[in-house]
Amino acid sequence: MARIKTPVELEELRKSILSTRDPNKPCITLCSGSACNASGSLEVAASIEEEIAKQGLGAEVDVRRTGCHGYCERGPIIVIHPEKICYFQIKPEDIPEIISQTIKEKKVIERLLYTDPATGEKIVYEHDIPFYKYQKRLVFGSNGSVDPKSIDDYLAIGGYSALAKVLSGMTPDAVLQEVKKANLRGRGGGGFPAGTKWEGSRNAPGEIKYVIVNADEGDPGAYMDRSLLEGNPHAVLEGLTIGAYAVGSHEGYIYVRQEYPLAVENVFTAIRQGEEYGLLGKDILGSGFDFKVIVHQGAGAFVCGESTALMTALEGRAGEPRPKYIRSNIVGLWGRPSVLNNVETWANVPLVINKGADWFTQYGTESSKGTKIFSLVGKITNTGLVEVPMGTPLKDIIYQIGGGIPGGKKFKAVQTGGPSGGCIPEELLDLPVGFDELTKAGSMMGSGGMIVMDEDTCMVDVARYFLDFLTDESCGKCVPCREGMRQMLKVLTRITKGKGKEGDIELLEELSETAQEAALCALGKSSPNPFLSTLKYFREEYEAHINQKRCPALSCKELIAFHIDPEKCQACTTCARKCPSDAIIGGKNLIHIVDQAKCTKCGTCFEVCPPRFRAVRKISGEPVPARIAEEARTITRKSKEK
Amino acid sequence: MSEILLKIDGKEVKAKEGMTVLEAARSAGISIPTLCHHEKLEPYGGCRLCIVEIESRGSRRLAVSCVYPAEKNIAVTTRSEKVDRIRKMILQLLLAHAPDAFDLQDLAKEYGADRNRFEKEPSFCVHCGLCVRYCAEVKKKNAVGFVDRGIRKEISFIPEIASKECWNCKECFPLCPTEALQAAYVLVEALAFPSSATGACATGE
Repeated sequence: MARIKTPVELEELRKSILSTRDPNKPCITLCSGSACNASGSLEVAASIEEEIAKQGLGAEVDVRRTGCHGYCERGPIIVIHPEKICYFQIKPEDIPEIISQTIKEKKVIERLLYTDPATGEKIVYEHDIPFYKYQKRLVFGSNGSVDPKSIDDYLAIGGYSALAKVLSGMTPDAVLQEVKKANLRGRGGGGFPAGTKWEGSRNAPGEIKYVIVNADEGDPGAYMDRSLLEGNPHAVLEGLTIGAYAVGSHEGYIYVRQEYPLAVENVFTAIRQGEEYGLLGKDILGSGFDFKVIVHQGAGAFVCGESTALMTALEGRAGEPRPKYIRSNIVGLWGRPSVLNNVETWANVPLVINKGADWFTQYGTESSKGTKIFSLVGKITNTGLVEVPMGTPLKDIIYQIGGGIPGGKKFKAVQTGGPSGGCIPEELLDLPVGFDELTKAGSMMGSGGMIVMDEDTCMVDVARYFLDFLTDESCGKCVPCREGMRQMLKVLTRITKGKGKEGDIELLEELSETAQEAALCALGKSSPNPFLSTLKYFREEYEAHINQKRCPALSCKELIAFHIDPEKCQACTTCARKCPSDAIIGGKNLIHIVDQAKCTKCGTCFEVCPPRFRAVRKISGEPVPARIAEEARTITRKSKEK
Repeated sequence: MSEILLKIDGKEVKAKEGMTVLEAARSAGISIPTLCHHEKLEPYGGCRLCIVEIESRGSRRLAVSCVYPAEKNIAVTTRSEKVDRIRKMILQLLLAHAPDAFDLQDLAKEYGADRNRFEKEPSFCVHCGLCVRYCAEVKKKNAVGFVDRGIRKEISFIPEIASKECWNCKECFPLCPTEALQAAYVLVEALAFPSSATGACATGE
């Protein structure tokens, strides 16, 4: 491939790519992100290849392995173009039928379609499925139409046209002003306006400046940056290059965690292709602008998502935040002005440039513009990645897109913003998602993690869980974070074990203040958030644990007991057979009893007791009823009496 | 170098360009407690004891003075109810690890810190990093370092380097505010230095 030397040549290449592609030719796209690979996408891909060869269709059908489509709950997903017929949870054995029926005969296979749980109706096309219908996938949407390993695919959907626009007619300042006008705020956590950050670096003294992609996504359950980098690496590179041009930087870094092997692989491929095409490297598109990108694989420390810790790690030292009171866009990597934005922020840049700030700002709230990708996980029917305009009420994300809580359970809270975020209760479900709105509610946007919790979730235990994560992930440098969290975790653990004392809440509040006011970095300062937000909205749960030794969610093992209601037990023996620790005293026609001394509280009996009996119940905060007398255990069956 | 005028505890203080608030305060005879600070070493900002209140352009914030640059027209308050409360908590947290360290006991008295506030976990090390940084920055040997992170972080001598470099140095010993450093050294000596039991040196001296 010869280097593209001018924006005109780029357009010519794009035309020639498109001219070889017949939009009416059948194309099977298979979602091949990490999540779908784990649920069998690799095997499906092999089967597609084999079947196409077997049926001799090599010339008549295209196959494209794309990045993540977002609907991970139902993966692997196949979309058949041009009709956009959508099949879910595909197994290799479904492939021969798909090829012979849908590709050859143009027949839809009913059993592989999405069934609307509300109406029972089968839905054929992607855009009619509620999960997709209510989203606005401006950034993430392209994932489904490009093979991340093909720069031609990216060019075919208009890729690098924003870069060409910038290099052929916009001054760096005009680029900066456009990004500022769009009020693009950092999608990685803080929500700092990207344009302002860039401007600071641009105006900072020094010839050498850096632009950096933060792909050190580390929140439990969050994978939007991973999926973007895996599925559409060129969009991130294009945004980064535009940013470099605006800032006056000629060297960029991608800090990506090693645990994201597919993202690492795809980003290396994308850089190599970009260099071959002349979209990276010296004299990009004949503009005289030089820019190279270096990939740095991080060792997976959560704290390295913090900007100064990330830069310290890039310099080859242990990832600890810097104590200096100076912004890293002024004094950053190797002491030079450095702009750090996360994957999603960079991926938004080509859109802002191509379509303009006015277009971009039509989406969103007063202070949060554009869309945001959320990783919707936890107790939710449709697990996956969702992109919605800022300002969308939480309720819509959880119920319209997410399909609500499975198993007929009640919603309790949604945790946003990752470990340093907070839990938002049901009464605030109308809250529009936005940087300031979430912060005001005591949580934060973070990088877009959204963990849904149902009525069985204990909020004290949630706080304990996140504190446990954070004590592990703290760098350990400053006392308020390292020692403060150590003590907070101890107190929270003891509360969930029924050993909480009066004064524990106040002690936790004191420790929280010390961390918020005195910790060195944002991770430390926000470390008490899991506690503070659960205390704010679920104080009564803390009090029940401490004062009554009761877990209202019936979740904390040390505070609950399983008891078989003698009135309801029909001696079906299911629980006795399933109990893994022989803790159920059973017997034919004898009312069963849980031997509390042997019970490990695994909950098996509770789950297996037939719904028509519902004899096993969880109790908390009250004594276990005395054992039924041996002679009263015999059940006399009414049906047999008759 | 240009002079900077700032106020510390109501007193006009002259500082030189590049000085931190802590340095400016100490040069004027105003004391601010520290554990991880050392004149010869780069500011570390780890213990957070030197936290003060800084008023700048009408807004008031808490900042640690060992890294906050002395700027003109700022007003620094080195003691306030809030500052004292935070220092007290930091001391209590550290006293759980090194309850008998003299430096901590003196400060505990000053700030009313209860050495029994938290359950004792005598690891002795307070992670001030003085030994680690002195060895790296002044001696340039890196014979002692931090290993692991978060609550599992600890200092450790690197046997391969320590067995060569530490015999005649031990300059870090007096820097340690607790006895943790010596203990760590003795441990690594016993476990990893060849023939140290006889006092003979591995390098053949």
